[in-house]
Amino acid sequence: MAEFSLDNVNSMYMDVLREIGNIGAGNATTSLASMINSKIDMNVPKVELMEASKLSTAICPEEEIIVGIFLEVKHDITGSMMFLMRMDSAHYLVNKLMGKDPENRDDFDEMDLSAMKEIGNIIAASYLSALSGLTNLTIAPSIPYIAVDMAASILSVPAIQFGQYGNNALLIETEFGDDYMINGYFILMPEEDSYATILTSLGIQM
Amino acid sequence: MGELIKVGMADLKVAKAPDTLTTLGLGSCIGLTLYDPVIKVGGMVHYMLPDSTKIKNNSNIAKFGDTGIRELLRLMLLNGANRRRLVAKIAGGAQMFAMSGSSAIGNVGDRNAEEAVLILRELGIPLIARDTGLNYGRTVELDCSTGQYLIKAVGKSSKVI
Repeated sequence: MAEFSLDNVNSMYMDVLREIGNIGAGNATTSLASMINSKIDMNVPKVELMEASKLSTAICPEEEIIVGIFLEVKHDITGSMMFLMRMDSAHYLVNKLMGKDPENRDDFDEMDLSAMKEIGNIIAASYLSALSGLTNLTIAPSIPYIAVDMAASILSVPAIQFGQYGNNALLIETEFGDDYMINGYFILMPEEDSYATILTSLGIQM
Repeated sequence: MGELIKVGMADLKVAKAPDTLTTLGLGSCIGLTLYDPVIKVGGMVHYMLPDSTKIKNNSNIAKFGDTGIRELLRLMLLNGANRRRLVAKIAGGAQMFAMSGSSAIGNVGDRNAEEAVLILRELGIPLIARDTGLNYGRTVELDCSTGQYLIKAVGKSSKVI
């Protein structure tokens, strides 16, 4: 079996990730709609393949503050995943959830951060259940970790993770919302062996 | 005022006074600087991973501590720096998420910082200042006129090392 690397990425793997993005965003939309009690739409996700070292500017300028939610996954596949949002989206979700004024832009307090973690949990579970549904693999997520900091510093985490195996990274951009569209970025980072597990479980020959 | 020269991720550059070298939003990566105070030449490497020999796909030398620091030294000497006058400073190596420390990716910030200590010792270049670890991102600027290394972080007052 050929060694899998994102440097000669298989278009099938891109399709799989796009589909995970689709189903995941769909799941997230449904869960969040009931939580924040409004109707939510979504757009077709975009999958972007890029150099890992370019990730730092993939979402916004390097020093713009964003929210990153990070989970480790284990069981049939091991690795980690991240969900990233720009501050306007994060504020919108927290304000909705906490019943605050939609225009509120105060710094997150402890309650807001814990609401954000819960949102992260739901979103992560949405994508992971899409992945495990497609592959029939059991995937157990850790608790979510959250960081609110400069985009480049948060994105150094996936850049390094991908950088261990090659020079490329995959970023999935999803959009969902009602009157306001939330831009979220999903990054799946399987350990090297787990790429093979994912592809094999889908019947894809490498 | 000199120019502000940006060093990207997995990138390295050398500059002279009055210019300033900067990297925006260092996370777990390291921004290592070398400086010759007499001719006022400075260099910065922004590496992502400690050790190129542990990685199969390792052609980008600025991506790794071991190869990146050596290449930066070579460029400094090429630009007239005197090896005996060189001093080093490092910043970055944060752990952005408080994940379990046992995972390889979890402690990569620490390993990146340790690699700098190791390689500098091997090269005989003194590490005179460091601001590494903890859990936040840093924007750094090396002023080639003074050798001062300015470190800025969100919600913290900036400092010079």
